[in-house]
Amino acid sequence: LAPWIPVVGLEIHAQISSNSKLFSGSQVQFAAPPNSLVSFFDASLPGTLPVLNRRCVEAAVMTGLALNCSINKKSLFDRKHYFYADLPAGYQITQQRVPIAVNGSLSYILCIDNKMSQMVTKTVRIKQIQLEQDSGKSLHDDTRSQTLVDLNRAGVGLMEVVMEPDMCCGEEAAAAVRELQLILQTLGSSQAVMAEGQLRVDANVSVHHPGEPYGVRTEVKNINSLRFLAKAVDYEIQRQIEELENGGTVLNETRAFDSKLGCTVPMRDKEGKQDYRFMPEPNLPPLILYDAKSLPANMNHQQVINIDWIHERLPDLPSVKREKLVEQYGILPEHSFALLNEDGLAEFFESVVKQTRMKPKKVIGWILNNLLSYLKQHSLTVKESPVSSFLLADLLNLLEKKEISSTAARQVLAELWKGEGKTPLEIVKEQKLELLQDQKELEEICQAVIDGQENE
Amino acid sequence: AALKDGLRSQVAAALKEGRVTPTELCQRCLALIKSTKFLNAYITVAEETALKQAEESEERHKRGQPLGVLDGIPVAVKDNFNTAGIETTCASNMLRGYISPYNATVVQKLLDQGAVLLGKTNLDEFAMGSGSTDGVFGPVRNPWSYSRQYKEKSVPKSHSEDKESNWVITGGSSGGSAAAVSSFTCFAALGSDTGGSTRNPAAHCGVVGLKPTYGLISRHGLIPLVNSMDVPGILTRCVDDAAVVLGSLAGHDPKDSTTIQEHFKPFELPNLTDVSKLSIGIPKEYHAPGLSSEILALWSKAADLFQNAGAKVVEVSLPHTRYSIVCYHVLCTAEVASNMARFDGLEYGHRSDMKESTESMYAATRREGFNDVVRGRILSGNYFLLKQNYEKYFVKAQKVRRLIADDFVKVFRSGVDILLTPTTLSDAVPYMEFIQEDNRTRSAQDDVLTQAANMAGLPAINVPTALSERGLPVGLQFIGRSFQEKQLLTVAKWFEKQVQFPMIQLEVVKRHDNGVFQHQKSASFS
Repeated sequence: LAPWIPVVGLEIHAQISSNSKLFSGSQVQFAAPPNSLVSFFDASLPGTLPVLNRRCVEAAVMTGLALNCSINKKSLFDRKHYFYADLPAGYQITQQRVPIAVNGSLSYILCIDNKMSQMVTKTVRIKQIQLEQDSGKSLHDDTRSQTLVDLNRAGVGLMEVVMEPDMCCGEEAAAAVRELQLILQTLGSSQAVMAEGQLRVDANVSVHHPGEPYGVRTEVKNINSLRFLAKAVDYEIQRQIEELENGGTVLNETRAFDSKLGCTVPMRDKEGKQDYRFMPEPNLPPLILYDAKSLPANMNHQQVINIDWIHERLPDLPSVKREKLVEQYGILPEHSFALLNEDGLAEFFESVVKQTRMKPKKVIGWILNNLLSYLKQHSLTVKESPVSSFLLADLLNLLEKKEISSTAARQVLAELWKGEGKTPLEIVKEQKLELLQDQKELEEICQAVIDGQENE
Repeated sequence: AALKDGLRSQVAAALKEGRVTPTELCQRCLALIKSTKFLNAYITVAEETALKQAEESEERHKRGQPLGVLDGIPVAVKDNFNTAGIETTCASNMLRGYISPYNATVVQKLLDQGAVLLGKTNLDEFAMGSGSTDGVFGPVRNPWSYSRQYKEKSVPKSHSEDKESNWVITGGSSGGSAAAVSSFTCFAALGSDTGGSTRNPAAHCGVVGLKPTYGLISRHGLIPLVNSMDVPGILTRCVDDAAVVLGSLAGHDPKDSTTIQEHFKPFELPNLTDVSKLSIGIPKEYHAPGLSSEILALWSKAADLFQNAGAKVVEVSLPHTRYSIVCYHVLCTAEVASNMARFDGLEYGHRSDMKESTESMYAATRREGFNDVVRGRILSGNYFLLKQNYEKYFVKAQKVRRLIADDFVKVFRSGVDILLTPTTLSDAVPYMEFIQEDNRTRSAQDDVLTQAANMAGLPAINVPTALSERGLPVGLQFIGRSFQEKQLLTVAKWFEKQVQFPMIQLEVVKRHDNGVFQHQKSASFS
């Protein structure tokens, strides 16, 4: 049987982290009372006009720069028309002709066979990033045959990041999205929390034989976590292969991932091809961005965005941070990868290192093996850790000074998790875990044990 | 003070000096509106709020602190501008009963200046039309239908014929606003102009109709027809008044991203006496098929007027003029299809009782809410925007639009200051004759002379010039350079003074004068 080459591309919608929406002044906030964050423009009241939010543009420029894109100094806005209850104007304002950023790349790390020690760097091309409006939410109440519409989310700014079909499986897709998530969170351009709908991923999947053209692709939607992303993609690849090997065909359709059943199913809504009747958005002039060279002398600073200025102020991206951690602390690449993979963990580690004499190479074990596994077991974030970096450093100092053994240290740590406010030293004293340093005392104890044995 | 008088010459001064109070003025206008109800110029009369505004103005005047030259002046606004708390219908069933929660920027500006908002005027549904005959509240009647000038000239066909049946249209789509100003019920009115909708009815109703440069006045709150061509229009009884209103409305609006950033300075119109430095262009393509010989003669006479006064008058060419109607049709319907997509019955406006499914509810709502004209344009527009048609129609039309705009650029660059053209092909036709053709045909015919200015975004103004053989107003149009409203209005004002367009003689207005009127005055003020 000829081998199959799976091809996976992604369309990722990241909600921009901003105070107000992309084209109106209403607030952006998660889980507010329904229809409490809706401006006249969001509700599409006749006669209202869009006004571009500067912060959203900056977020998109930052993201574009971080993903090695060319930032288009002139980009355009378009209307994409379709009728749906959560789209009040009957069209979405997006960037179809000329988006804000194009032709970038994202490097991400793949762990071969789940072994942290074998890490491979892969790259996926970024086709483009475009600014567009989010839609509202509709809740279908089938029992009462009604649809409830909440427009709080309507008009919130989105960055759509399009990743070229350079990936080959669910694991790669998930790893790429994970890295994108970390980048967005580092930049602050999106909080990118999938569970809160701030990061939505649609996967485009197809399979073909080597040397042949790409197969028909399906679009998979309704993926709510990285884990489900990997599952959905792998399932769809398998489904297509089976379909084709059994003499069937793959339809160019949209499918939804059913997380309970672990499979993809055709979506009823998307029947037939939609013609979105794209048209330029006449109420928004072209978006013009400047750099240091092109910036006009007497421009109002409030009215312009300088790409170079933003570039200079970009924070260290995760990949750079990882390298720095390895260099600075002599830890392994897989250690720094794990540190950055958990929100706040790298900062915790660095804080502990500062407060203890123990070598970072040894501290890392305590962080990754003891602290992290405890947090995972109890579903806590680093921020919620009952053991602060101060306490852990304190404990590690005792260990470093050889006042306790490592076994004893683990015992103390277990006690510290209870969060009763005791210091490591107090616990050591309570449980009599001190290492005996006195030679004479040790001899006496040993002698007592031997004597005890002889008596039996 | 006479109701007929212009803002600055008498009324504003009269208000200031206390010779007439804002309340009196307001009451008189409201009474006149009632007496001229048969014109059907107003959809909503905001009597209570108007009187309240008048009272507040009175307070300010008593304290000697009027807000400006518009304080206490009664105005009317076309019913496609949002007015908070006052119904905004666009003369459509889709928005019947719709009370907007906000004021359009231009409305707010007028109110901030102390103007008294009398009500919302009638129009073609959603501003689609050139007669003000296709709204759900019925057609607007041209006040000149009831003027002595028209009645004297009209020959009744038989004794039994209803005198009322040969009333003439106002033109459109801002017919209500034009009629309101023409019949003295207000001193200024806002219209909108997308293809000529302010200038056309201004010409037929014998008033000044100004289309400002695109981007000069905010469209925030103007329910759009074609976003890339719409402008708020100004209708007044003399050019000076138009300049005053323009001064209070123009300027950057952060809520409208298509308004210019540059700071706008209101201006006073100089009294031009020497036109020798002026170059007037006469575009030959505006001698359009169907142009009445009367208007052609008037146009020629006007050109001679300028020449005799020492101006340079040259024939120019705008070669792509003949494509503008077709180009307009494509771009207009495309934007209409898009702009009307929001009317789905969900958030506001009419919602059908059809409950079978969301889709069927949309379809029924839109069928019930829109008239045939609107629906026709939506269908056409959607067709042009289909993926397979987009390049052929929409993009092509945009390119032609660029050519049309470039025609004007070339002509102005060659040294011409102002273009002089007719505004309409003929004087106002009787309603019974107008409705013999459908809206699309009429619009295509009537927009020919006005619509290119919208394509190019240029300022243009109708100045009432003379009466036709039938005793009805005929106007001529001046088109100026982008953002050169001062020059445009200065020339228009000079022309207005030369032609001394006669005042309408309306029986009903005389009755409301209460003898406070002075003797008949012409519309020119020195």
